[in-house]
Amino acid sequence: MAWTQVCHQYDGTFAGFLTCVFESYVNHEEPVEFRGPEDPCCSLYPLRTIATHPERAKRVYRSLGPRLGPEGREWVIRGFLTCLPQRELYLWRFLRMGFCRGPAVIRELTDPRVDKLRKAVLFLNREAHLYTGFTRFSDLHGVLAGEIQPKNRVLPLLRPHFCGRYPQEKLVLHDSTHGEALFHQPGKWAILPVEGFTLGPAGAEELAFRQMWRAFYDTIAIEGRRNEKCRMTQMPKRYWAAMTEFQKDWDTALPQVAGQKPPISSIGD
Amino acid sequence: MELLDKLNILADAAKYDASCASSGLDRAGRPGGIGSASMAGCCHTFSADGRCVSLLKVLLTNFCAYDCAYCVNRRSNDLPRAAFTPRELCELTIGFYRRNYIEGLFLSSAVLRNPDYTTELMIQTLVLLRTEYRFGGYVHAKAIPGADPLLTRRLGLLADRLSVNIELPSAPSLALLAPDKGREAVLAPMARIREEISQSRRELALYRHAPRFAPAGQSTQMIVGATPENDRHILSLTQGLYDKYKLKRVYYSAYMPVSSSPLLPAPRDFQPPLLREHRLYQADWLLRFYHFRAEELLDESQPDLDPRLDPKCCWALRHLEFFPVEVNRADYEALLRVPGIGMISARRILTARRAGPLTFEGLKRLGVVLKRAQYFLTCSGRCLEGLRVNEDGLLRHLLALEAPAEPVPEQLSLFDPAG
Repeated sequence: MAWTQVCHQYDGTFAGFLTCVFESYVNHEEPVEFRGPEDPCCSLYPLRTIATHPERAKRVYRSLGPRLGPEGREWVIRGFLTCLPQRELYLWRFLRMGFCRGPAVIRELTDPRVDKLRKAVLFLNREAHLYTGFTRFSDLHGVLAGEIQPKNRVLPLLRPHFCGRYPQEKLVLHDSTHGEALFHQPGKWAILPVEGFTLGPAGAEELAFRQMWRAFYDTIAIEGRRNEKCRMTQMPKRYWAAMTEFQKDWDTALPQVAGQKPPISSIGD
Repeated sequence: MELLDKLNILADAAKYDASCASSGLDRAGRPGGIGSASMAGCCHTFSADGRCVSLLKVLLTNFCAYDCAYCVNRRSNDLPRAAFTPRELCELTIGFYRRNYIEGLFLSSAVLRNPDYTTELMIQTLVLLRTEYRFGGYVHAKAIPGADPLLTRRLGLLADRLSVNIELPSAPSLALLAPDKGREAVLAPMARIREEISQSRRELALYRHAPRFAPAGQSTQMIVGATPENDRHILSLTQGLYDKYKLKRVYYSAYMPVSSSPLLPAPRDFQPPLLREHRLYQADWLLRFYHFRAEELLDESQPDLDPRLDPKCCWALRHLEFFPVEVNRADYEALLRVPGIGMISARRILTARRAGPLTFEGLKRLGVVLKRAQYFLTCSGRCLEGLRVNEDGLLRHLLALEAPAEPVPEQLSLFDPAG
């Protein structure tokens, strides 16, 4: 007998989503819509409000590895971080298929359900890789602070990279799209929701480094080979706003140092 | 002189070096230090000419004892000269690295006094960077031809990648334009570096803490378009370098008119051969990843790459007897030969067809570029529906894909600009 089609409302967390999966299997109900806590709850389908249940979520989570294989498990976890519209629905379809067919499910690359999820995860991975390069930090009183505006939730993927790279640094990386920030200090890290986050003004040394980086960036281009299209293909313009080489100093400088010439020669000896 | 001015002068002097890769080595960050490296490399920005910037590419100094005709830093050229002190360069590298501007340092130098003295200065800089600043990021160092082998060895133990520029594709050109460097002076250090690398590999297999010599391998670069060599010569040379010297990469750099020497093309009206450089890179990829050989791509009758079409399509058009390839049965090697199928899509095809027969619809999902591949494939014995192309039409169809399709749209004007 076909499962009843329902609409699930949950709290928007991964554990909440896994609880939805659990409830669907227990009640033999097929979710065809997922709604977050803020979404208006009018639907043509009967509404089920699912309260997050850590134990049930954990049970589903533990089953992912054995049932879908390590790669399939990775796809589900990462798939939840993507910006795919109705990602819960695509994840549910993938899970349904995967629980049925086992780890071989990730080989069915031409199946629309698998294809959709694979491409979304690929986009997430690619965006995270680009941000490992395109993120810019400012040294603000000894803390490295940076801001990014990604489409996917890339912070969990960037975390091992930046924490491994700067083991001795205090570090803040703000994701302004999703209102989260990565905090790191030697030996400890956390990804926490934040509100009203702005970068502070820069000091003289920071401004000097920004100026030198801009000078380097402008110098390194060979005029006779100028190729704007190639640059925009490799580095789409949506990344440019947060990158030092395209910013002007006047919007980030402290008032008292804005008029002065930065003391570049004081660096080094 | 202020640091900013030095940076301007020495980055300007280094910008004609094509290599800027930070790949070929995985190294996790260590507590107490700063920096890591990843196998795939990482691009931190792209300059206005579309080239990746991943390393801080500077010369240690641009005071040069040599007078190579093609080089912007030659002794007889009148331009501002500067030199970093090792401490300045380290501060700059760490400052940039902390802000995530760069992936590491590309350290090159003009020949100050003599090759040995220059190499010693470079070693001094890298020792400071690796020990005092505990820098674990990527370092690409340029070996100076003519330096003592022991000095080059010390440089290789500090750097991740070494390179020796072969500069020009043939010995006569080198003798003509770079009288201070001989072909032997370039190839000898390259061979020694190869030996050191393979010895270091063998030792590492036995002892985990054996010193690592240039763990990311070595690369080289040559200038294209300044001298009369054809593409066939360049590609055979490249293949020889990959085979014999085990290089990781060969870079090509379209000659930019930086000199008014009578031996070189006149700077006026000279267009750098950018398309030719692009085609050479495409062919280079075919050699490295697609199991092609140079003699397959070009021969006596066709010594240059076709500027109209990419080398893989050209090869396919000359070997139509090899096609069509049956997607559901062909092996990896055969799939790699099809224009429009790359390494990744070939591997995806192998995976996906274990689950069921592939169709053209499915191939599209896998990322195969059907607009090129459709002419060379069958799925379960059938061509793409509605596709009727004879051998003559094939070239025309493929050319149409490469050429810009339509004139650039522009704003209509009420008033005729001419009148």
